[in-house]
Amino acid sequence: MTHAEVLIVGAGPAGIAAATAAARTSRSVLLLDDNHAPGGQIWRTDSLAPNPRDRHRDAALTSLQQSGAQLLFNTRVCDAPAPGILTTLSGEAITHIEYDKLILATGARERLLPFPGWTLPGVSGAGGLQALTKGGFPIAGKRVVVAGTGPLLIAVAAHLAAAHANIVCVAEQATLTQMAAFASAIASSPAKIWQGIKFRAQLRGAPYHTSTWPIAALGDTHLTSVRLTDGSRTWEEPCDYLACGFHLVPNTELASLLGCTFNGDFVAVDVLQRTSIGNIYCAGEPVAIGGLDAALIQGEIAGLAATDQLQQAQALHQRHATSLQRFVTRLEAAFRLRPELLTLAHPEDIVCRCEDVRFEQLVPYTSWTAAKLQTRCGMGPCQGRICGPATQSLFGWKPTSVRAPLSPVPVSAFIQFDLRTPTAPQEIP
Amino acid sequence: MPTPDAITVAVNGQPLQVARGTTAAAAFALASAPCRLSTTGDPRSGVCGMGICFECRAIVDGVRHVRTCQLPCYDGMKLETQQ
Ligand SMILES: Cc1cc2nc3c(=O)[nH]c(=O)nc-3n(C[C@H](O)[C@H](O)[C@H](O)COP(=O)(O)OP(=O)(O)OC[C@H]3O[C@@H](n4cnc5c(N)ncnc54)[C@H](O)[C@@H]3O)c2cc1C
Ligand code: FES
Repeated sequence: MTHAEVLIVGAGPAGIAAATAAARTSRSVLLLDDNHAPGGQIWRTDSLAPNPRDRHRDAALTSLQQSGAQLLFNTRVCDAPAPGILTTLSGEAITHIEYDKLILATGARERLLPFPGWTLPGVSGAGGLQALTKGGFPIAGKRVVVAGTGPLLIAVAAHLAAAHANIVCVAEQATLTQMAAFASAIASSPAKIWQGIKFRAQLRGAPYHTSTWPIAALGDTHLTSVRLTDGSRTWEEPCDYLACGFHLVPNTELASLLGCTFNGDFVAVDVLQRTSIGNIYCAGEPVAIGGLDAALIQGEIAGLAATDQLQQAQALHQRHATSLQRFVTRLEAAFRLRPELLTLAHPEDIVCRCEDVRFEQLVPYTSWTAAKLQTRCGMGPCQGRICGPATQSLFGWKPTSVRAPLSPVPVSAFIQFDLRTPTAPQEIP
Repeated sequence: MPTPDAITVAVNGQPLQVARGTTAAAAFALASAPCRLSTTGDPRSGVCGMGICFECRAIVDGVRHVRTCQLPCYDGMKLETQQ
């Protein structure tokens, strides 16, 4: 069985910073991620165009390469069968990895909310369309509406505009007052701002509407237009793509499976990024939605703390904790969902995309568990990753405890290996 | 003329040239084909682009339920909309 003194799950900015800091000691450090390259969401590699030069990204990746940390890609953690052991899936091969210290840096995903037409091809998350473009889809000349909420909208619109998409408009649901408060707060912040905001100038003249949100995506087999409203006026924008996400929700399934204590929707940590379980640390978005700076600093603190470099870890915390916390609070306030967004779905609209469960089917139930059992909502392959946060927003349902495997494991892998028996002799290297 | 960096895949039986590095989900989008049909028969394509939503799952070289958003195309890859 592979053994790492420090095992880090997630090679986004938080995981990269953690691995780099931990590998400065002579410990064995293993950083793994389900993507084929490091970078996480913000530094996702562009498969065709060379990534635009980014000082922070280049510096972080160079330090990582020089640190001596081992890297393992295309590998997803799918179970935690016993203390000190994680099960990973790579293609169809299942492996166990033993660790002394574990750092969770699993990032976040977009919150997606149901509205009429949101399942039509052509409608995706905001980061979803960005990823498709980075994956080689030529967006040049395509008409794109970017909608929802959060700094990600601007980052995505700027990225797509740079790839010569025709950005019809950006529709941000937050009010101008909220946005202005946020913008002025971060302008005066000594910390590097969330990348998105500085892209504002790069939207190439595309209109940026505040207090505006989508109420329907229209089309037959593919999106043809989006209906937007500002609460009093409703209009249609013809377009080819709708990139729509409602800020971020943390990826906390693994922390939950491991039994870490939560603070609301987030993993609870102390000043050294330690969770309630002594040898498990957590950094980046699962701890708080705080952007790139928070991810990098928390990652470094976790990496230092996990390798007993406690003084440096504490010093970093003291230097940055207040400003990072202030930023988290401001993000939360600026991009709070307006109540109108929770009434967009009509009775016949699908809420659970995996199982095609409609809004009206969910209405009779009072809990996530009851709805799951009776309607199969959340029982499909995404295991409620999309409809869970949606129903939490719409109905106030709390997700129930997470069960392994965290993502579907192909039957062939089960045949090769017994997931729950870490000492099984037929381990696949 | 195929460029040196172009590879050929098949989307629902139709040959399609894509640049090396293109993801299978992008190949479906290029071919204007949905990745899958939902349980009630609606066309669907990738939503999250990061391996979480499973809307991009399709049949890849005969294997069902393969997420295509993080999967780079290779020469001769056969992609089919999953029913
Ligand atoms: C879709 C999306 C796009 C974004 N784009 C931008 C942008 O353009 N600009 C910007 O400023 N900010 C962007 N953000 C915000 C950005 O993610 C944060 O600001 C910050 O950088 C997060 O860093 P992180 O290391 O905490 O997480 P991430 O960067 O999300 O990294 C987490 C990594 O962990 C991996 N992972 C998760 N679970 C597992 C598992 N079980 N097994 C293996 N690997 C796993 C993920 O695949 C991912 O690579 C985006 C966020 C999202 C969700
Ligand atoms: S697009 Fe969501 S899993 Fe591939």
